[in-house]
Amino acid sequence: MSDDSERAGGVPAPRGNTGETIARRRGMFGANNGGDTSGYSGLRRTVRMPGASSRPYGGYFDEVADELEGALEEQGVDPETAIEKTVVDRDELTFHIARAYLPQVARTLRDDPALRFELCTGVSGVHNPADTGRELHAVYHLRSITHSRLIRLEVSVPDADPHIPSVVDIYPTNDWHERETFDFFGIVFDGHPALTRIMMPDDWQGFPQRKDYPLGGIPVEYKGAQIPAPDQRRSYS
Amino acid sequence: MSTSHTTRTTPRATASAGARETTEGTVYTVSGGDWDEVAEAVTRRSDDERIIVNMGPQHPSTHGVLRLILEIDGETVTEARAGIGYLHTGIEKNLEYRTWTQGTTFVTRMDYLTPFYNEAAYCLGVEKLLGITDDIPDRATVIRVLLMELNRLSSHLVAIATGGMELGATTVMIYGFRDREHCLDIFELITGLRMNSAYIRPGGLAQDLPPGAIEQLRDFIRKMKKNLPEYDKLCSGNPVFKARLTDVGYLDLAGCLALGATGPVLRSAGLPHDLRKSDPYCGYETYDFEVPTTDTCDSMGRFLLRLEEMHQSLRIMEQCIDRLEPGPVMVGDKKIAWPAQLALGPDGLGNSLDHIRNIMGTSMEALIHHFKLVTEGFRVPPGQVYTAVESPKGELGVHMVSDGGTRPYRVHFRDPSFTNLQATAAMCEGGMVADVIVAVASIDPVMGGVDR
Repeated sequence: MSDDSERAGGVPAPRGNTGETIARRRGMFGANNGGDTSGYSGLRRTVRMPGASSRPYGGYFDEVADELEGALEEQGVDPETAIEKTVVDRDELTFHIARAYLPQVARTLRDDPALRFELCTGVSGVHNPADTGRELHAVYHLRSITHSRLIRLEVSVPDADPHIPSVVDIYPTNDWHERETFDFFGIVFDGHPALTRIMMPDDWQGFPQRKDYPLGGIPVEYKGAQIPAPDQRRSYS
Repeated sequence: MSTSHTTRTTPRATASAGARETTEGTVYTVSGGDWDEVAEAVTRRSDDERIIVNMGPQHPSTHGVLRLILEIDGETVTEARAGIGYLHTGIEKNLEYRTWTQGTTFVTRMDYLTPFYNEAAYCLGVEKLLGITDDIPDRATVIRVLLMELNRLSSHLVAIATGGMELGATTVMIYGFRDREHCLDIFELITGLRMNSAYIRPGGLAQDLPPGAIEQLRDFIRKMKKNLPEYDKLCSGNPVFKARLTDVGYLDLAGCLALGATGPVLRSAGLPHDLRKSDPYCGYETYDFEVPTTDTCDSMGRFLLRLEEMHQSLRIMEQCIDRLEPGPVMVGDKKIAWPAQLALGPDGLGNSLDHIRNIMGTSMEALIHHFKLVTEGFRVPPGQVYTAVESPKGELGVHMVSDGGTRPYRVHFRDPSFTNLQATAAMCEGGMVADVIVAVASIDPVMGGVDR
């Protein structure tokens, strides 16, 4: 990895051009308001996430993908529609699932004897404000104790319509996890028995983990110097 | 036990509970004293014995700021709900505004009883994103395992100590904290701090073991081998202890998996699931140890498991000490390794003056490099990973997303206490009020980890 970063002068080389572009950054040092005197205002950087992989995926990933696609076909679901994309990156398998099919896919993954993902380790949110139409992501990690396997499901929804079907009736453990993701990202899990805030006070405004939600903080004086609040400090976008 | 309301109208001498009428019914504020008086007062006022007790968030036996909302009928709990969020500190949000290395300082404060697990899970994630997992020096990995297992001891000791204290078994508490203090002494010797050490860093460790650490660790293992059986003698066969814990906080295997419970709670239901065996990290597959289980599904089983796990941790620590070889404790890539040579200065532990004198006086490039790495940090290629370690409480997972920048784009911790605490209702409903305390203690939640 160090070779890559040296080649592009500190910026890691894009991992092929197949990656999915989620944002374009310009400039450096976070000088976005007013005149940029840093001399770096011409800098452009494309943020690319690892893109779709093609078979063979390697390891047990092919077997899981085959079984899942086969099981979905048996239920009369076209795997191409339910699974938008399969990504293999850093020895991890990710299925991008169309939101309408999430409960059915989760149930299949849990119940199919060849899959048996008994344990869901909850849901985590990700906010990509620049990725229009797919701003909010819900990421689920499923673990199969029977087969010692781990996979990831990812569901993306637009900010304008942040609804994802709840999987609490399939994995009751996601009760608090979905409440947490709702609390922090504003993703509404339809069908959750009691979707209320869990960490923040009930009357809190806004969703704190979104990228456009400020961190807050006040400057601190240390040994006579003013140290700006963390979100006001220089950033290297 | 208290509600959030207080009253000043009731004289203290007559009762320990003040009463106040609200639209919801009568609200009593109980601040210690005799429970019988409250129960009597309630029954005198109505025929209905059904009352709602708001236990916490400030209560000594709720392990921090956990709020339990119990609907009780006489002494039986008919409904139990846990309210959390009182210790939410926004650590995940803060991480997005610091460099990858600074993140360890935050994550170590989440579950403050298992700092090394938080750090290890976080650093394993960063290393996986960087693709340097195989480049971590062996010595660093062995010391990580050593500290994690020592941390398992200290965490389980607190679990047993506070659990005992809540039953009124103060000797257990004294013993537990006495032995935990030995663990913290070693943490202090090695990392400079008793807690919140930020010692495990992306790429390796902050610094090597100090002189004398191995001797102290050997002493500790010898001492613990003598002390651990004391808990057995004190508790395992104690009729009162057994009566309070047996069949309390019952959660069977189906319940555990549905609720996502891991760690001692899951293993007390008979499933030997341990990430150190099933999805090994840090070379755990090369260590010789066992995963104890019981099939009682109750608090007593979890207590016995924790005792046995401490013995197993001592076994792993002995193997760690035997395989420690001299060598570096930080990855060789100077673009990632902090150029830290720590020394104790007048304002605490910091970069050694000799090192600073060297880079400032002899090499301009070294100075620039040092400055860039510390202020800007290193860049991490875009992508996402999930890494998990077996913390004393269960599966501690980290979902980490990088956008190719010098700061994490998103870090989410799946804290085992958070998930396991959901089992409170399943464990407590239908039981007695006094057993709620035992059931919650057997989950061993730490609110710093639950709320993050």
